[in-house]
Amino acid sequence: MLKLKLNKITVKKLLKGINNESHIRIMEVCGTHTMAIAKAGIKQLLPANIELISGPGCPVCVTAQEDIERILILAKKREVIITTFGDMLRVPGSTGSLQEMQAQGADVRIVYSPLDAVNLARNNPEKEIVFLAVGFETTTPTVAFALEDAHKTGVDNFSIVCMHKLVIPALKALLSDQETEIHGFLLPGHVSTIIGTIPYEFIPREYQRACVVSGFEPGDILESILFISRQLENADYKVENQYKRGVKTEGNKIALEIMDKYFTPFNSLWRGMGEIKDSGLRLRPEYVQYDAIFKFGLQDTLVQLAPSGCICGNILKGILKPEECALFSKMCTPAFPVGPCMVSSEGACAASYYYAGGEVIGR
Amino acid sequence: MQPVIIMRGVKLLADERILLSHGAGGLKTQRLIREVFQKNLGNAYLQQELDSALIKFSSHKIAFTTDSYVVSPIFFPGGDIGKLSVCGTVNDLAVMGAKPLYLTLGLIIEEGLPVEELDKLMFSLGNTAREAGVQIVAGDTKVVEHGACDKIFINTSGIGIVPPNLDLRPQKMVPGDKIIVSGPVGNHGIAILAARESLDFSPPLASDCTYLNYLIDGVLNTGASIKCMRDPTRGGLATTLNELAQQANLGIKLHEEALPVQPQVKGACSMLGLDPLYLANEGKVIIVVANKDARQVLEEIRKYDIGKNASIIGEVTDAHCSKVVMETELGTLRVLRMLEGDPLPRIC
Amino acid sequence: MCVAVPAKVLKVEEPWAEVDLEGTTFKINMMLTPEVKVGDYVLIHAGFSIQHLSPDEAKDTLQLWEEYYAQIETK
Repeated sequence: MLKLKLNKITVKKLLKGINNESHIRIMEVCGTHTMAIAKAGIKQLLPANIELISGPGCPVCVTAQEDIERILILAKKREVIITTFGDMLRVPGSTGSLQEMQAQGADVRIVYSPLDAVNLARNNPEKEIVFLAVGFETTTPTVAFALEDAHKTGVDNFSIVCMHKLVIPALKALLSDQETEIHGFLLPGHVSTIIGTIPYEFIPREYQRACVVSGFEPGDILESILFISRQLENADYKVENQYKRGVKTEGNKIALEIMDKYFTPFNSLWRGMGEIKDSGLRLRPEYVQYDAIFKFGLQDTLVQLAPSGCICGNILKGILKPEECALFSKMCTPAFPVGPCMVSSEGACAASYYYAGGEVIGR
Repeated sequence: MQPVIIMRGVKLLADERILLSHGAGGLKTQRLIREVFQKNLGNAYLQQELDSALIKFSSHKIAFTTDSYVVSPIFFPGGDIGKLSVCGTVNDLAVMGAKPLYLTLGLIIEEGLPVEELDKLMFSLGNTAREAGVQIVAGDTKVVEHGACDKIFINTSGIGIVPPNLDLRPQKMVPGDKIIVSGPVGNHGIAILAARESLDFSPPLASDCTYLNYLIDGVLNTGASIKCMRDPTRGGLATTLNELAQQANLGIKLHEEALPVQPQVKGACSMLGLDPLYLANEGKVIIVVANKDARQVLEEIRKYDIGKNASIIGEVTDAHCSKVVMETELGTLRVLRMLEGDPLPRIC
Repeated sequence: MCVAVPAKVLKVEEPWAEVDLEGTTFKINMMLTPEVKVGDYVLIHAGFSIQHLSPDEAKDTLQLWEEYYAQIETK
């Protein structure tokens, strides 16, 4: 019942409702939307005037190189066990990826939940367990609860590399960037279950763009595109909630409270987009003992990026498409990724590499 | 003074060390085979890249194969490394049309493994061999220091006899041939991942590990025009179909609605961000059969308990040669690429 | 950026809930949704339930797709 299946007939009917014939550029902010759109071949169903562009909602993609290098330094330490979501394992750094460090003897373990990392710390008191805390507001509360667990049960051999980011500041940065011409936003459904719909209201109010909080089934995405198309047609800009079954206007108060307890915003570096005001989270000073970077004295790690031809930055902002990158699928493939958009399977480049081609293949 | 690190922004260092992903069955494995093994060992048999080598001895055609098993954990829901080492090799022979006859058994055992565990494994191995109708006729055991291997590694080599007129090869595929899979996919891969990462699904997700020789024998005895068969192990269904498409230099078109996947496998995979099409199977066979005989073969497979959910999942085509394309439930097309690394759980 | 799936709650033993993944079950932490009861639907992510799902809203959405959009073709 909770998986809403859409059949081919309903798809046709839904699409007929998209009457708007002007050229519409819609950004899907969230990487999971990018994947869902690619997997379902949504672009093949849409009329030619509707363009879907991937946005910066790929936490792995926007992780700064400095953080990656610090993680690799930590991974080399004998007393450290790195615990991470699977997504981070193949991100390339100057000395390889975490997966390659594993091959060289580093203790790197994939966990499904941050709580598993705390348990590992509990069961391995002689080791330092470092958890790679990556993700947007959907994931951050789960990490906050893991910290709560560590704090309440006196687990002091646990720390995190805090790379959490916030969606709203990134959207603000995108909108104030003149280069990106976006008419409507497919807003991240799962982030919205946490933050609710109210934080997005500045978008229609100050920038006159269409906004729809969308679910992830193909039907949800198509319906959301229909809503955006209508908003634009009628110049009726607002934040519409298509994902009503999962998103409440007020979000999840408990999640917001625990995030606020442990974390505070700061100006963080987004790979490809530069520094964005108040866009990242770091641990509050009273919890600095859980900050792995401070614990291991890596605050001043510097990184200089040699030019490589990687244009992930422009892809994250929706200015260019993966296919427009000279390295795409030649020098830069999932097996040998140059930039993060190819490493993360929900990055625009990886999604394009794996699933696209359906458009050009004849029946 | 903190280190200044210069980022090498160009193509990441070509693998200088063997990585786990080289064993995952996808593109890295292929590259390793071609650039190291074929280069140094190459001969006509190896170049065919078949599941078993077919060797002529006077008037007989012998299928000869080998496989090593390093799975961890060694006991998992649905089987163990002992059972796996028989089924895997038996299946590699059976998909070539061979009647599996004899296996050799090589064991590398880590010092410290409890004898009781070894006994359990050999009990399982012996039982599986008897049920599958094969005999273990030679063996070897080595014990290595603690840490030099992970509990136990097993190698089995197997031989079988192929009926003289049977010639199964991807090159025999033609446009219009149908593709059948003998049952739901992804079970083994997700079961091992869950067991290894201590993800406590309840009831536990079980491997589909089993021997396929009787089922395949039944299929061949129908007299249907079978072009070739494969067992979709590492890399999953999608990777194996890509191999077939490349070796035949033809396209393969799949229909998403026809792909059998168990609900619990789908559920667990969606929770972990995994795709069942890329997860290993150890008890499934892909059969490419002439269109006119497809229904008959399907009915034959469904007579067997391990084949009761068999399905015709697609067809061979002369469009998009060497590529596998899937028609989604919405009628759109998606290219199914070969697995590049190993499947990892995702949160993002 | 977020892989999250719907699941039905079968058992509650605070702070853990056992959820149904269509043929198998998994234990997740319910501290982000403490009022969850047996029979509720939740969205699960990283070992937690992050939000309640409303089956009524789901039903409405599905009905919308099947019935309302059917009218568009006949207009």
